[in-house]
Amino acid sequence: MASSPKLNSRIPEGSLENKWTHLKSTVRLVSPANKRRLDVIVVGTGLAGASAAASLAELGYNVKAFCFQDSPRRAHSIAAQGGINAAKNYQNDGDSTFRLFYDTVKGGDYRAREANVYRLAEVSANIIDQCVAQGVPFAREYGGLLDNRSFGGVQVSRTFYARGQTGQQLLLGAYSALERQVAKGAVKMYARHEMVELVVIDGKARGIIAKNLVTGELERHFGHAVLLCSGGYGNVFYLSTNAMGSNVTAAWKAHKKGAFFGNPCFTQIHPTCIPVSGDYQSKLTLMSESLRNDGRVWVPKAVGDKRKPEDISEEERDYYLERRYPAFGNLVPRDVASRAAKQACDEGRGVGPSGLAVYLDFRDAINRLGQNVISARYGNLFEMYEKITGEDPYKTPMRIYPAVHYTMGGLWVDYNLMTTVPGLYALGEANFSDHGANRLGASALMQGLADGYFVIPYTLGEYLADDIRTTAIPTTHPAFDEAEKAVHERTQKLMGINGKQTVEDLHKKLGRIIWDYCGMSRTEEGLKKALGMVLDLKKEFWTDVRIPGAVDEFNPELDKAGRVADFIELGELMIRDALMRNESCGGHFREESQTEDGEAKRDDENFAFVAAWEYTGDGAEPSLHKEELTFEVVHPTQRSYK
Amino acid sequence: MAESINLKLKIWRQRNTKDSGHFETYDMPGVSTHMSFLEMMDVLNDRLIRDGKDPVAFDHDCREGICGMCSMYINGRAHGPLKGTTTCQLHMRHFSDGETITIEPWRASAFPVIKDLVVNRSAFDKIIAAGGYISVNTGNAPDANSLPVEKVKADEAFDAAACIGCGACVATCKNASGMLFLSAKVSHLALLPQGEPERKERVMRMIDAHDEAGLGSCTNTGACEAECPKEISISHIARLNREYLRAGMSQE
Ligand SMILES: Cc1cc2nc3c(=O)[nH]c(=O)nc-3n(C[C@H](O)[C@H](O)[C@H](O)COP(=O)(O)OP(=O)(O)OC[C@H]3O[C@@H](n4cnc5c(N)ncnc54)[C@H](O)[C@@H]3O)c2cc1C
Ligand code: FES
Repeated sequence: MASSPKLNSRIPEGSLENKWTHLKSTVRLVSPANKRRLDVIVVGTGLAGASAAASLAELGYNVKAFCFQDSPRRAHSIAAQGGINAAKNYQNDGDSTFRLFYDTVKGGDYRAREANVYRLAEVSANIIDQCVAQGVPFAREYGGLLDNRSFGGVQVSRTFYARGQTGQQLLLGAYSALERQVAKGAVKMYARHEMVELVVIDGKARGIIAKNLVTGELERHFGHAVLLCSGGYGNVFYLSTNAMGSNVTAAWKAHKKGAFFGNPCFTQIHPTCIPVSGDYQSKLTLMSESLRNDGRVWVPKAVGDKRKPEDISEEERDYYLERRYPAFGNLVPRDVASRAAKQACDEGRGVGPSGLAVYLDFRDAINRLGQNVISARYGNLFEMYEKITGEDPYKTPMRIYPAVHYTMGGLWVDYNLMTTVPGLYALGEANFSDHGANRLGASALMQGLADGYFVIPYTLGEYLADDIRTTAIPTTHPAFDEAEKAVHERTQKLMGINGKQTVEDLHKKLGRIIWDYCGMSRTEEGLKKALGMVLDLKKEFWTDVRIPGAVDEFNPELDKAGRVADFIELGELMIRDALMRNESCGGHFREESQTEDGEAKRDDENFAFVAAWEYTGDGAEPSLHKEELTFEVVHPTQRSYK
Repeated sequence: MAESINLKLKIWRQRNTKDSGHFETYDMPGVSTHMSFLEMMDVLNDRLIRDGKDPVAFDHDCREGICGMCSMYINGRAHGPLKGTTTCQLHMRHFSDGETITIEPWRASAFPVIKDLVVNRSAFDKIIAAGGYISVNTGNAPDANSLPVEKVKADEAFDAAACIGCGACVATCKNASGMLFLSAKVSHLALLPQGEPERKERVMRMIDAHDEAGLGSCTNTGACEAECPKEISISHIARLNREYLRAGMSQE
């Protein structure tokens, strides 16, 4: 298989270990004087966006940054709990850049690009240094040095953490670096602003249309380059662990303007979330993977055993992860743990009122280490659990069930993080790059900060070096007129429908379809059915949605309507992608393709590629472009955690 | 415990910053006690939209008590009756059948209302921009373990850094002071060796920004600490005062 000519991954020359060094020493540079004349738009100020905006401003670029929350400090990254990986080998347990690289490629079930993953592992150590220097209060040992814990899918302790609030502390670090640049005038921050269109001039990304969410006004912003750091699209499932506002709109607008979408069906279902309790439920809450360091997962051995967990004796319990995967036990990767939980529940051995839950039990750890130790490690998670469920996990096991958590798919980018639209970049969860078909725990924070702090400051120069003579294009340019007009017309159309269903109604319907047919397990038949359902839902949306209020005011329902409209179109693409990929890999489980003992079975002969989808017009079928994945260093094998 | 309760909601409605605003009362029958407070608001809004009325605007995002976006003043208390809990983490099992719940926005002149329960808290960003950071450009950092930090201090710094910037302290304070917020950041950075070089300037600049934003002065009533959903300790304000004095003395 050869890669599509439309996809140039721009992987540097040289051996795996030398590629990034080679690029850094040969990449084109922009002089400080020229940087001052270059405008960079950063959409999103989560870990990826805040770190990129701050670092680029430090280098001298003029940065304009956007987020839809009222402050950059509130991006969804704030909610990350468990930790961030780095190959520091502080524990002297045999960790190395290579091992982190290897674990990530294997964890991703051999569907990620080797060169990118190696770079990620390489810069991981610098991230920790940078964050500590910013004052991020990571957990420490009594000797004053940094502490580590383990996450799923690995056998070393390389995860740095700040209690159960690692994302918060990392984001506040990046946010403070960003605010420092705001004070200096190097970054202009636009909070409560949503990018609603990309502006492309002569084939290059040259700006955005942003909506001021307070006034409803549309604004035009020019940039020599545009960076999308807008996060993942897990909310396509309606219920997920993502923040309520997380959405695909920025990436989707870019997709419709020429950016290919990579592996849209690769979504991560996280094994340990608080189960659904009722129809009114608006989101799901994650219980960090780190809990699996000390918690043991089990269900009753007998089908339909509804006794209280305390009344079920040791012999009557099935610690199914320890039984099935003795080498990794409770710390198998997420996709494996989630499918095993689903299987146990499908067999009728699920617990709790709905039967859609398994136990995560701390009894043994509390007996072994004492409640104090457990509370120091996970206190805030236990509290969070108790607040939501009214049950005390120190006394009775947690009930957990898998939930949508992360999207490995995203805009296709080359090694420099540039999409197929020149000058348009995608960073963090918004791109498809490093996690293949399954992301390992504590690797998203690492990737977001790697992209923002350490990759884009180098690779952006490669493109902008050619642009030093381009003076700012006035926003009166016809391309801006056109983009703004398109947004305006779409809004008018939405407001004019005045149908019967709320945006939530339609979003829930979409979520149901995607969860049932494009969730933890997928079949050709189901996916075909779902495709028809989503196409119908799109029509339903555009003829029956009801949006209250007016355009020129603070109107969150209108904003949500725009996002749900984009989610519906994305849902269609996810289904097409899942249908095309007639193999199982990582989180993508096609029932047709499994091993004898029910594990995901890859088909490397036919599917060792990244699927990059090109938008070809409203209602038209998208075209598929393949980027061949070649493994020079790691040899793909059937993944085993046994 | 009852599985569902009947409530009345008395909610502040205000079209925009200029509007003078008023209370409106809504009946909420059959509220499940398993719902979160914001899910109950979703149910109300769903009904309002179906009835062709304007839904109640409120800020929220993570719905798990960490982003600091939700900000409701419930029955006269920031984030409602439960200690150490944000509005989004508050569940209806803590209310009783037949109760009337009053819901207002944060009230402080430095936090103008945008609509209904949504306020503008950009004053907090300005305080951070004035000095709530350690000046270290990307790429300049030494090895993370080159500077050990006493565990007790690191833990204390973490406790301060756990502030979610929601503004409950300002909403609670009779002077609308933001000192708990400000002191948490000063304390976080003052406790770490990395924060040492900028210790003096930081505190002066942040206090100036605080006052410029129109936030009030602290008279040590301790109300903020009692209502803070992250239970940030008022002892940080004491540290702030010491830092301020130290900075003042060394400037003279
Ligand atoms: C509950 C939870 C726990 C997690 N825990 C961990 C963990 O322990 N370790 C780990 O490695 N990973 C974890 N993850 C994953 C990780 O948190 C995310 O993948 C990561 O934070 C994403 O960062 P980001 O910067 O790419 O995007 P985000 O943080 O999602 O930021 C997106 C930004 O884009 C802005 N935005 C979006 N659309 C627009 C638009 N149209 N216009 C303007 N602005 C826009 C938003 O305002 C926001 O600023 C967790 C995820 C969840 C859900
Ligand atoms: S919504 Fe995030 S803290 Fe309440």
